[in-house]
Amino acid sequence: MALLEVRNLAVEFTSSRGRFRAVDGVDVTIDSGDVLCIVGESGSGKSVSMLAAMGLIAWPGKVTADVLRFDGTDLLSLTPAQRRKVVGKDIAMVFQEPMTSLNPCYPVGWQIAEALRAHHAVPSSKVRDRVVELLDHVGIPDPGRRMNNFPHQMSGGMNQRVMIAMAISCNPRLLIADEPTTALDVTIQKQILDLLVDLQKKHGMALVLITHDMGVVAETAHRVQVMYAGQMVEEAATETLFAAPRHPYTAALLDALPERAMGRARLPTIPGVVPGIDDRPTGCLFNPRCGLADALCSSTAPGLSGEVGARARCHRPLGGAA
Amino acid sequence: MLRYLLRRIMLIIPTFVGVTLLSFTLIHLVPGDPIEARVGERGIAPERLAQLRAEMGYDQPMWKQFLDYERQVVSGDLGLSTVTHQPVWHEFLSLFPATIELSVCAVSFAVLIGIPLGMIAALRRGTAFDFGLMGASVTGASMPIFWWGLMMILVFSVSLGWTPVSGRVSDMYFVEPWSGFMLLDCWWSDDEGACRSAASHLILPTIVLGTIPLANFARMTRSSMLEVLGEDYVRTARAKGLSDVRVNVVHALRNALIPVATVIGLSIGGLLGGAILTETIFAWPGVGHWIIESIQARDYPVLQGGTLLIAIIVIGVNLGVDVMYSVLNPRIRR
Ligand SMILES: Nc1ncnc2c1ncn2[C@@H]1O[C@H](COP(=O)(O)OP(=O)(O)OP(=O)(O)O)[C@@H](O)[C@H]1O
Ligand SMILES: [Mg+2]
Repeated sequence: MALLEVRNLAVEFTSSRGRFRAVDGVDVTIDSGDVLCIVGESGSGKSVSMLAAMGLIAWPGKVTADVLRFDGTDLLSLTPAQRRKVVGKDIAMVFQEPMTSLNPCYPVGWQIAEALRAHHAVPSSKVRDRVVELLDHVGIPDPGRRMNNFPHQMSGGMNQRVMIAMAISCNPRLLIADEPTTALDVTIQKQILDLLVDLQKKHGMALVLITHDMGVVAETAHRVQVMYAGQMVEEAATETLFAAPRHPYTAALLDALPERAMGRARLPTIPGVVPGIDDRPTGCLFNPRCGLADALCSSTAPGLSGEVGARARCHRPLGGAA
Repeated sequence: MLRYLLRRIMLIIPTFVGVTLLSFTLIHLVPGDPIEARVGERGIAPERLAQLRAEMGYDQPMWKQFLDYERQVVSGDLGLSTVTHQPVWHEFLSLFPATIELSVCAVSFAVLIGIPLGMIAALRRGTAFDFGLMGASVTGASMPIFWWGLMMILVFSVSLGWTPVSGRVSDMYFVEPWSGFMLLDCWWSDDEGACRSAASHLILPTIVLGTIPLANFARMTRSSMLEVLGEDYVRTARAKGLSDVRVNVVHALRNALIPVATVIGLSIGGLLGGAILTETIFAWPGVGHWIIESIQARDYPVLQGGTLLIAIIVIGVNLGVDVMYSVLNPRIRR
């Protein structure tokens, strides 16, 4: 049985301009010990879909799904109190912005301890020791002293380590890392990613890593999901995806990788922009930017074709019939 | 921090000169002087008046009177009241506890009710509760204290007879003025009736004086809270699986209070102004009442000394607020 199973997830926001589906028809399946990467351009709904799985979409955002199960438990039917026993304990999340994701009013150690206390992860007499241990574990030097620092007294990289320590404090079975390195220096990015992968291996947890960076995907992921304009457009095992992308959007993303553009004068880019709230095209959402689009693509929205785990949302998939 | 404190304390000097100059000028612009005010309608022989004036130094040129007063104050002497012939400083000390008692009650009332209301309004933004509260707070913040006080007396004291009209405690009780704070003194004296009487005398003045700050605190808390609720760390707190109360109070409200604390501190100056009106309406024997009476009696030393002392207290309170602000906001510490 899959650890996290999501079918047909949709998230709808209501704004003054009407309703807007930020996420539509997303499926996620992840097993224990798996590393799944979710890639896609800015605004494609990566964060929103994972926040929805965590139950963190605040009113008036509306979440629907055919299936939203964690370890066999239907998350949608839980009461908020029951859900809080799972969220933060068995499923934890690390966010994009380490500098603003920690509360500026409390020392970092206190904030980790709070998570431990909320889920009674260790007896209260052991909380302090455990905080020191966790900080040490994520590579913070002199943890006994550092735990008394406030977030503004630490660097972004250090704060992200604290966030990771907090996320793994209750030994989660699933860790969702939402672009954990986007806000950090290049040199620190590698360290943080290595730390995450290392922790994932050591603890055997499942890891969902949201990223923009295909290079990171190639290095870390077992499986990949590509998102475009709120939809999942392709999912595949990492090697398959890199060797034979099926959705033209995936192919374009890969073509834009510097390693692959070797010898060419300039990096190929994808013409146009991701459709926003008001300019959703009919048919396939990618068709205005797609070199292969034809009449069918601009009239009918494609469904997902292929087997679960190796599917593409395309009428004209690359590499032969779908 | 220490240098900052020192700089703030140095600010007392220009404030001192400004406040004394202003109160001196204003009260001397008002026709009459303490002697004429004492004599009143009876009239007085012009020679006698001139003689008394000369004795008190009121025949000197204005600038000389001012400099003399300034010199006297700097040497630590605020002078004697022209009415009671008691040292101004002693009178102030004996009356000030009543003003503190009223102000502390009013601020506590405003804080304890305004902040939770503002928080709930933010959490239920857009609902009838939110709109109702914000409407009420606009009304409350622009309430004229005199009118409001009289209305409260009319309704609760006169029509309903629930609360006393004026004073600090019923004449039936004699309470040893141990601390000067009537509630505490009554508590000490172990006289239940006196306690109840003191408390009931406090209710209306507290509400009247606390209404404007309450409305301001509620609005400030609401807007500050709305801002904080969108912050990433609130989402983090939720992602930890904390209860709603903990997320909203320990994480959101704690941060939202930082700007509210500034508003609370700044409102203390205005509160003392309001206390003067409130004390007059309710015959509350505090410094506000005392200063108003000193104007009628042209009691120069009391008026000038009282104004100066209040100004110094406002500066002190604002200094305290700054210190408290840095305690509340770890980002500006050190
Ligand atoms: N609370 C909200 N209310 C309304 N719209 C929202 C809300 N949160 C997100 N959106 C919209 O949902 C869409 C998807 O946002 P999301 O944050 O998931 O993108 P993303 O793929 O994570 O992008 P990035 O790579 O920049 O993080 C965006 O168009 C965004 O404007
Ligand atoms: Mg995002």
